[in-house]
Amino acid sequence: MLKRNQLVLGNKTLKDVTDDICAPIERVPSKEWMGLFLTAKGLFIFYILTIAMVVSTGIGLLGVNHPVAWGTMIITFVFWVGIGHAGTLISAILFLFRQKWRTSVARSAEAMTVFAVATAGIFPLIHTGRPWLDFWLFPYPNQRGPLWVNFRSPLLWDVFAVSTYATVSSVFWIVGMIPDLATVRDRAKNAIRKKVYGVLSMGWRGTAKQWSHFEMIYLVLAGLSTPLVLSVHTIVSFDFAVSGLPGWHTTIFPPYFVAGAIFSGFAMVITLMTLVRIGFPQFKNYITIDHMEVMNKIIMMTGLMVGYAYGAEFLIAWYSGNDYERYVFMNRAMGPYAWSYWIMICCNVIIPQLFWFKKFRRSIPVMFVVSIFVNIGMWFERFVITITSLHRDFLPSNWGQYAWSMYDTAILVGSFGMFFTIFLLYLRIFPAISIAEVKPVLNVGKEDEHHGKGH
Amino acid sequence: MAKKRAIGGIAGIFLDEATTIKAATRVREAGFTKFDALTPYPVHGMEEACGIKRSPIPYVTFAAGCVGLLAGLALTYYTSAVDWAINIGGKPMFSLPAFVPIMFELTVLFAALSSVGAFFYLSGIPRVDPPIIDKDITCHKFAIFIPENDVGYSADRAEKLLKDLGAVEIKKMAEY
Repeated sequence: MLKRNQLVLGNKTLKDVTDDICAPIERVPSKEWMGLFLTAKGLFIFYILTIAMVVSTGIGLLGVNHPVAWGTMIITFVFWVGIGHAGTLISAILFLFRQKWRTSVARSAEAMTVFAVATAGIFPLIHTGRPWLDFWLFPYPNQRGPLWVNFRSPLLWDVFAVSTYATVSSVFWIVGMIPDLATVRDRAKNAIRKKVYGVLSMGWRGTAKQWSHFEMIYLVLAGLSTPLVLSVHTIVSFDFAVSGLPGWHTTIFPPYFVAGAIFSGFAMVITLMTLVRIGFPQFKNYITIDHMEVMNKIIMMTGLMVGYAYGAEFLIAWYSGNDYERYVFMNRAMGPYAWSYWIMICCNVIIPQLFWFKKFRRSIPVMFVVSIFVNIGMWFERFVITITSLHRDFLPSNWGQYAWSMYDTAILVGSFGMFFTIFLLYLRIFPAISIAEVKPVLNVGKEDEHHGKGH
Repeated sequence: MAKKRAIGGIAGIFLDEATTIKAATRVREAGFTKFDALTPYPVHGMEEACGIKRSPIPYVTFAAGCVGLLAGLALTYYTSAVDWAINIGGKPMFSLPAFVPIMFELTVLFAALSSVGAFFYLSGIPRVDPPIIDKDITCHKFAIFIPENDVGYSADRAEKLLKDLGAVEIKKMAEY
């Protein structure tokens, strides 16, 4: 029988686990953390100022115009929503599949989901052009008839999908954290900390009945999140696929988008986890090279899936015999935006092939660089889809280019400031590894695992 | 809550999972029914040892999911086909396939939020200032608590039983 590797290294006792995981939130922040935080925070302030200018002047500051009316906002929205998907995959889908290795990364991955969706949510709200009227997106009784929203529009499905996803992911994340917050509360030395974590932990005590209900709600939320996460990126892909535009109007979009979302999300998890391992060295015993290797395998597999989708799109464009469809794809690979297409192919299909080699899968510097490339590649995938289909559609007289402006760059770069600011704060406020989930898997892979426990 | 007299009892502190499960089984065999086991993490087999029934949360999930589905159907049907029907692109007023995403999302939303509500209600949280038997129970210690209103309770009997079962420390709790 194949032997399992240990999920937690260093022969930790229950007390060690608590001490290790709580340490980052109980000490004065390190210089590295402060440096990263101030950088992210500076970028975040820059982002807020950019948004203020875009909102006060109008979205004409961005490059969106006829014929390319969807630009950075939509591209970056899809990018961030996609990032979130890996978090739900780890916390919900791998939970349903009883993958014990997920325990160490589930908390931070789910946090990443919540923050990525929060970052994503801002883009469509600003892209409406008049964000102060964004409540019009929701169906509510009003004095204009009442005039209702158009439920036949994929853009409205998106409103429901993304807001449900944001709500359910946050609830899943917070509920899963209650027992750990109680741990922090009980360790608290000063009164304010005790109060704050006392409120956050909602009076959790860890009785057998509470655990019984807790395990059930965790299972139920995991079961609900699984179809939900698949529906979200499916519906995001409908924003494109339900239209009649060549290059968008394809049935492959939902699975292709979901695979791409998981691909980019895992890359972001790798990026964040390598940084967390550097920032908090004691976490290396919990988020081990084995964990990273498994995630790299998923990156490679989903990378192959998106590679397959890129190929299938071309095949179908040719096989359909539709001139417009054929032209759009030839234009993608050889037209004015060919550079973006080939960046996408390099980053998403070619570079992840490094992970066929065990040496690279287990090398922190290699996986960090690859994960950055995948993130870049997946942003460009959405760029290719959005821009190339729009800029040359049916009539040559209707063709044009996307007038990328410096505000597009500012919005894109600034959104990372928002995401990283929230993520860095999270690392200092909440236990970044699930304490109560790691403790039961302490013995996995140890010699004496099978002393009569019913695993 | 203020009028209700607090129920005290005896708590035994244990240091490992296996002893606690055995102890819970024996306490139950000794005839106690209202006792509780407190652990830092979910322990497999503890529900059986304490005689806890399966959590009823999934029933709430199912019922709330059905309500959500119907709510989604009602919302889309009423707004698109009844209240102010607008012809959009020649599609039917009641375009059921287009309403499926809304119905699905509302199903999940209702089911998830109601289940969390049920979880809060059933586990008695949020609770202000819960009595804490030992600060280390959320870290590395385990406890079994026998309340004074349990069947056949006497302080000496409970204390002796817990000690015999391997409790390293016995605590008298005025409130639980």
